[in-house]
Amino acid sequence: MFETVLFYLFAAIMLVAALRVITARNPVHAAMFLVLAFFTASAIWLLLRAEFLAIALLLVYVGAVMVLFLFVVMMLDINIERLREGFWKNLPLAILVGGVMMVEMFLVLWGRVFGVAPGPTARPAEYSNTKELGRVLYTDYAFAFEIAAVVLLVAIVSAIALTLRRRKDTRRQVPAEQIRVRRADRVRLVKMPSEKE
Amino acid sequence: MLPATLSPAAIALLDHLPALPEVLLLAGTCALMIVDLFVKSERRDATFALAYAILAGCALATLFALTLAGFDKYYLFNKLFVADLMSHLLKLAAYIAVALALAYSRRYLYDRGLLKGEFISLLLFALLGMMIMMSANSFLTLYMGLELLSLCLYSLVALNRDSAVSTEAAMKYFVLGALASGMLLYGMSMIYGASGTLNIGEVSRQVGNLSANASERTILVFGLVFMIAGVAFKLGAAPFHMWVPDVYQGAPTAITLVIGSAPKLAAFAMAIRLLVNGLLDMAVDWQQMLVVLSIASMAIGNITAIAQTNIKRMLAYSTIAHMGFMLLGLLSGVVDGNWLNKDDAYSAAMFYTVVYVLMSLGAFGMLVHLSGRGYECERLEDLKGLNRRSPWHAFIMLILMFSLAGVPPTAGFYAKLSVIYAAVAAGQIWLAVVAVLLSLVGAFYYLRVVKLMYFDEPAGDAQAIPDDRMPRMLLSANGLALLALGIMPQPLMSLCFAAIKGL
Repeated sequence: MFETVLFYLFAAIMLVAALRVITARNPVHAAMFLVLAFFTASAIWLLLRAEFLAIALLLVYVGAVMVLFLFVVMMLDINIERLREGFWKNLPLAILVGGVMMVEMFLVLWGRVFGVAPGPTARPAEYSNTKELGRVLYTDYAFAFEIAAVVLLVAIVSAIALTLRRRKDTRRQVPAEQIRVRRADRVRLVKMPSEKE
Repeated sequence: MLPATLSPAAIALLDHLPALPEVLLLAGTCALMIVDLFVKSERRDATFALAYAILAGCALATLFALTLAGFDKYYLFNKLFVADLMSHLLKLAAYIAVALALAYSRRYLYDRGLLKGEFISLLLFALLGMMIMMSANSFLTLYMGLELLSLCLYSLVALNRDSAVSTEAAMKYFVLGALASGMLLYGMSMIYGASGTLNIGEVSRQVGNLSANASERTILVFGLVFMIAGVAFKLGAAPFHMWVPDVYQGAPTAITLVIGSAPKLAAFAMAIRLLVNGLLDMAVDWQQMLVVLSIASMAIGNITAIAQTNIKRMLAYSTIAHMGFMLLGLLSGVVDGNWLNKDDAYSAAMFYTVVYVLMSLGAFGMLVHLSGRGYECERLEDLKGLNRRSPWHAFIMLILMFSLAGVPPTAGFYAKLSVIYAAVAAGQIWLAVVAVLLSLVGAFYYLRVVKLMYFDEPAGDAQAIPDDRMPRMLLSANGLALLALGIMPQPLMSLCFAAIKGL
């Protein structure tokens, strides 16, 4: 019973947060609401006894991805007025499409909402979620896991291909050359005849 | 041939032989990225040689696996991966398409300073993604392969980052592609929810039992709608076609060549794996959805293409129309519970896809070939009087346009004939009539290109055609292959038939 109350509480917070992500005017606020949505999603996962996934969601998304995201959002100069251009013009179509999808989902899922299977039963104390996940990841799904590694490699390659730019006009230090420098490179002794006043 | 006793390690290696092409490609591409760092030449000769060697090695490995396995199916990696005749054949076609794309685009990219090692490695990684999709036997591997392919394509489109048009095209492609992946994933998760498995063979078994139950069936149909939307997006079928014209026009022509060719093979494989291998018992439902997609694609593609003045954009709309024709084959398999027509119809669709990839390679390859340093051949006027300037180029372009329009004796004609025949055999006469009428509409804009080439004077600012022997020979072979396939379609058709039979 207590868990059900918790579930509805977290679910409600998550929905409101997710809604605010797309309605918030300030992009920084939107990012913060996304953090809140992730946080409550992770709480729901904890209720489902998926501890590892819950912690991973917090560490990876809230801890790393969203922080980077906030940096990017703060660095960009986003013109809200330009982003909102055409909002009212496209709104009727968007409401129509969204509404149709909502009704469809409602029709399909209605019968199931109250017929959800009971939550997972409690496991003994020595049961390790992480170990179980690791076991299937490295045995049953090893192939998919390796493809995921290749996808990450491609992400690195394309990020470098798209952003690495060797500009000729940037001034930068080359420590190796600084260390190797000799006196003769910097000081030039010029012989001059002595002058009288 | 083999020694009588093998160590367990050797047996394990032999067991994984069908995946040898993927292993070779991945290892080779990783090696290529390192080798490319040491290549000093601006023309990247060594990198190209290595890339061709990798492709040849993959082709040999696939042929080897094919001769060893014959018509048998092999499941690997805990049934995440399947090696059957269709996957082998589509992989061979994809190697040819990628090798041709490399050869055609080399000078174009060099002239524009885009010839970097990343182009080649991303292209090979994209090929790996396609191969994984072709051999996918699980929603999971299918999705991972799709993401690998799409990620490579997004960054290839953006490769020319100083061009605002390319960047915009890449942005659109990325956002819409991510949306489509999301829809596909949502559909997959619904079907997973109903069937309790990701394995495509297992899904097919479960769906057979579940589709009798009305409430389970609604969920399956619901998932199916989203899945079809995702597949249609990747194919570029209307009404999920909005990205196609912008991306085709915005990307550098050499990259358009890449996007418009081999990935269509992978998208076809995805449709077959999901719909035929996985959800054939739901054919009643997806057949109707495909009818809508097919007619919309043929109509929007063919009619909008007439109004275009940019050839790349025109060919983009022609792609949409061709995908509509391909879907005509896919939807004629099972009509009103009649399964007899299944193999003929799907093999017609496969034939259509392979021939379309050859035509698209040729057409975009020709545009790439005609573009010189600092000059893009992309307006219709640029082809004016091509016959005066070079009769041979005009002749090859003529074959390509005739084939795209479906004029006999080219392969395009036979491909159209076979899908329309499949529709007629399934009793969908009205659909076949609509297809014929719309292909007549389409013939207009292909023949307009022919008219411009043969009956118009060259424009005053017409540029000299770059002299480039290797791509010219390959382009000629590509064009003549379409002619040869049109006269003798039977070998390829029977291969496609065997591939579909072996599913």
